[in-house]
Amino acid sequence: MTVSRDTLRGWGFAAPALLWTLAFFVVPFAVMAAMSLATLEGRTLIWGLHFDNYRALAEKAYLWRAVLVSVEITLTVTLLSVCLAYPLAWIIAFRVPQRFQRLALLLAILPFWTSYVVRSYAWLLVLAREGVVNKALLTLGLIAEPITLANTRFATVTGFVHFFTMLLTLTIFANLIQLSPNYRRAAMDLGASAFQTFRHVVLPLTLPGIVTGAFLTFVLCIGDYITPQILGGNTELTVPQVIMVQLGRRADFPLAAALAIVLMGIVTLAYLACARWLRLDRI
Amino acid sequence: MMRLLPWVFLCAMAVFIYLPVGALVLFSFQGGALPVPPFNGPSLQWYAEILGDGDLMQSLLNSLMVGAVSSALAVCLGFTAAYGLARHALPGTTLMRGLLIAPLCVSYLIIGLGLLIVVQRLGLGLSLATAGIGHVVINLPICFSIIYASMGAQQQSAERAARDLGANEAQVVLLITVPMLLPAIAAAFFLSFTLSWDEFIISFLLTRFDVTLPVEIWSMLRSGLSPELNAIGSLVFLVSVTLVLALELLLFRRRA
Repeated sequence: MTVSRDTLRGWGFAAPALLWTLAFFVVPFAVMAAMSLATLEGRTLIWGLHFDNYRALAEKAYLWRAVLVSVEITLTVTLLSVCLAYPLAWIIAFRVPQRFQRLALLLAILPFWTSYVVRSYAWLLVLAREGVVNKALLTLGLIAEPITLANTRFATVTGFVHFFTMLLTLTIFANLIQLSPNYRRAAMDLGASAFQTFRHVVLPLTLPGIVTGAFLTFVLCIGDYITPQILGGNTELTVPQVIMVQLGRRADFPLAAALAIVLMGIVTLAYLACARWLRLDRI
Repeated sequence: MMRLLPWVFLCAMAVFIYLPVGALVLFSFQGGALPVPPFNGPSLQWYAEILGDGDLMQSLLNSLMVGAVSSALAVCLGFTAAYGLARHALPGTTLMRGLLIAPLCVSYLIIGLGLLIVVQRLGLGLSLATAGIGHVVINLPICFSIIYASMGAQQQSAERAARDLGANEAQVVLLITVPMLLPAIAAAFFLSFTLSWDEFIISFLLTRFDVTLPVEIWSMLRSGLSPELNAIGSLVFLVSVTLVLALELLLFRRRA
């Protein structure tokens, strides 16, 4: 079999990016997977096929608890974000006059581009004991004492929902405007009410977009360290927080790697659950 | 009533979306030492403060440098890969596209952790360069996707014409393909730069002494709320918004 010059040239063009991905993504990932099967004895690392780290996960309550907290927070955030983003995208796509549409979309997602760390800090400003919300409620006389908003799960979820509502608005909007108005017109002509049109025509057609956005939300949310650390405090730890504790205080790389693998496992399960609607090459 | 409902919702969302950013920017002009109500401003003292902060300004320069270099590298790699896969019939194209896009589906923490383990095993030191390598890993899939998606049939005929007229491969790429795809290439660059500029966890794990801006901000956070953080946060936001507006103009000017 001869390889044509054209094919060879194509490989030449594709090779640098492939090698980069291989060297700095695939190989590190493989090493990390191997590391999750290593074990620490004192401070020495012993490679091999040990399942201690995974066993610890099943046995130690705080690790197991972190997995649960992460999944709970992520599911809450994904659900809330979709429920807020869909109507917003809908209004921008169908209610806002055409010439203002791009402007409205741009404004709706502008704070999305604030740095992640800064955005969480900004929410702290709003939710802190002395913060904007507490001061406003006190001034209005709605509460007598400042209420605890920061350093709770509520704060973590609020920070996440803020970010992902903007992300989902973008993906759902892209989906909605691709929808030909003829479908809706036809449904209306055939006597469907506005709600029926939505339920039986628009929603099913935009489901792939919703699921793609929701999956993206799930992946980014469950793997995030910053928002839970800044807004949630250390009251209940998520998996990324536990990973960082293992790295920072204990230098327990094997356990951190095992937790990362578990995180990957959860994301894979989420992927399988959504696979029917997902086409990742569209992202 | 039903006609009003969407607008009420829109206003409520506007408040939700802009509340933190509004508080951030407003209290960056705070006249006192705490960025909380009541507002005693306006004052520019905190901006003066951060501009005089050597560590902060150094980290800002580091961020600009890492962002520019890693984005340029990601765009080059993304472009050549897109060109190779779109213009040449290769076996296993789908698989390779999957491999190139794969880092997009893995959280940054895991990418950073994997790289950290390898760097430590090899006994290499942590620096801005290691963080930059990580930034290329996360931006390459995005650059590749954007540029690959814009490689249409239209450019292909121009490339073929150039080849028929005797241009060699390098001339075709540099004189025909790159200029024609310039908007997509620039968009990919700006998007990469924005993401690198904002990226925290990989930079946090993979730098030690020279840090990027988000990492420096993170360490400032330990002292709690301060108008200094508001001021630097507002500046970071301003840079991101400028980049996004540039992106918007690049991508959508033609359509409008």
